[in-house]
Amino acid sequence: MWRHPELRGTYDVVIVGAGVHGLATAYELASRWGVTNVAVIDKGYIGGGGSGRNTAIVRSNYLTPEGVAFYDRSVKLYERLAAELNFNVMFSQRGHLTLAHNDSSLRTMRWRAEVNKLRGVDSEVIGPEEIARLVPYLDVSTAARFPILGALYHPPGGTIRHDAVNWGYARAADAMGVDIHQQTELLGIDVHDGEVVGVTTNRGRISTPVVVNCTAGWSSLVAALAGVELPISTHPLEAAVTEPVKPFLGTVVVSGTLHVYVSQTDRGELVFGASTDPVASYSMRGSLGFCEELAGHVLELMPSIAKLRVLRQWAGLCDITPDFSPIIGVTPVKGFLVDVGWGTYGFKAGPVAGEAMAELIATGKTPEIIAAFDLARFAEGRLVGEKGAAAVGH
Amino acid sequence: MLRVPCPWCGPRNVDEFRFVGDATERPDAPTATPEEWRAYLYLERNEAGWVTESWYHRAGCRRYFVAERHRTSNDFRDSRPPAAQQRMADGQ
Repeated sequence: MWRHPELRGTYDVVIVGAGVHGLATAYELASRWGVTNVAVIDKGYIGGGGSGRNTAIVRSNYLTPEGVAFYDRSVKLYERLAAELNFNVMFSQRGHLTLAHNDSSLRTMRWRAEVNKLRGVDSEVIGPEEIARLVPYLDVSTAARFPILGALYHPPGGTIRHDAVNWGYARAADAMGVDIHQQTELLGIDVHDGEVVGVTTNRGRISTPVVVNCTAGWSSLVAALAGVELPISTHPLEAAVTEPVKPFLGTVVVSGTLHVYVSQTDRGELVFGASTDPVASYSMRGSLGFCEELAGHVLELMPSIAKLRVLRQWAGLCDITPDFSPIIGVTPVKGFLVDVGWGTYGFKAGPVAGEAMAELIATGKTPEIIAAFDLARFAEGRLVGEKGAAAVGH
Repeated sequence: MLRVPCPWCGPRNVDEFRFVGDATERPDAPTATPEEWRAYLYLERNEAGWVTESWYHRAGCRRYFVAERHRTSNDFRDSRPPAAQQRMADGQ
């Protein structure tokens, strides 16, 4: 699928992190801007971090106009990604339901639906009858402990095969000459007079004027190598899958109140994700406490799956920012760029972040679509509050 | 499940606590600039090793305390009253 090239001593751009963000940036640099003297380095393997640990949900029904425009562009790019990369990424726009269990969440969903519609995103609040028609296995009775009062229905939302997205981008970037160096750990970033001049890795030194931090989980540590402080706190998020069963769940179902989201894979497994652990940590161990809480919450929604068994569980690392929006763009160190702080919503933004980062690197100008998400917004008091729609239960 | 050592109540289940974040000193209010306040509000060291943290025993003694935790292994090695409370206890 891709080469295992020797590490060269000089590159025009070094991208740290071979996940969807790093690989999409490399692909866009090569395909749109003709910049192919690019290295993507990763201390692990392609898609081994957040890009392979997320629950593969794609949607654009966010709350702020900036967020909606950004994620909508990403959905559009995902829609044509299989054709563009000549690689089946199994994008299934099966519809996405966010359940409301109380009046205040119903109000927020109405707000989101109206912001979405103004931006041309298909999004509407529906009632229990239509929810029951879309998802017959949900308990929509008024006797439920957390009764389902309504839902934000987002038909273009869905799921995608996240590994295929990583592999498709990697193969396409590699074919155009981008060097992907796996098991190559960044040890230092050389900054001279406020400008990036190179990096040190466990396989040797590279001279480069541009370093792009596309990591998740380790973004603070990578930025610290360049002397840049980030307003980021790293939290684990756990997920699990069940044994496979016949297809019965045709949409993605999310409940913020119950801290859970559920979808069924093409193999028939149910994929569950939860909210981030409120305690900051770099630990990726699964816990029994998570499994127990998850099962309790899922059975509130779908009592009929009580006999299903959990096949495996895992954790990934989420870099949470104070306003639940990412940090993309330039930093006080010239040549050191960041595409970080993606919290629980990084995978769905991979293609658009790659497109915007590549434009920034090639032209030196920050594209309008990411202008609101700059690092300087924290010091200048221009936060982009996405807490209401970023994920569940923050 | 993580067990958190409260200096007053002993080790308890993490669900009883609210994790506050890095134990930092507030800037000096009369002289701090807006940039210093925002750095105090938002910036995190977010290290992967030992970090001195502030915790609140929400469902226990309802007191704040300071603990040292390793952010990768989640081991604790110390917990004590917060600095301001310690200074009062020391009569300063």
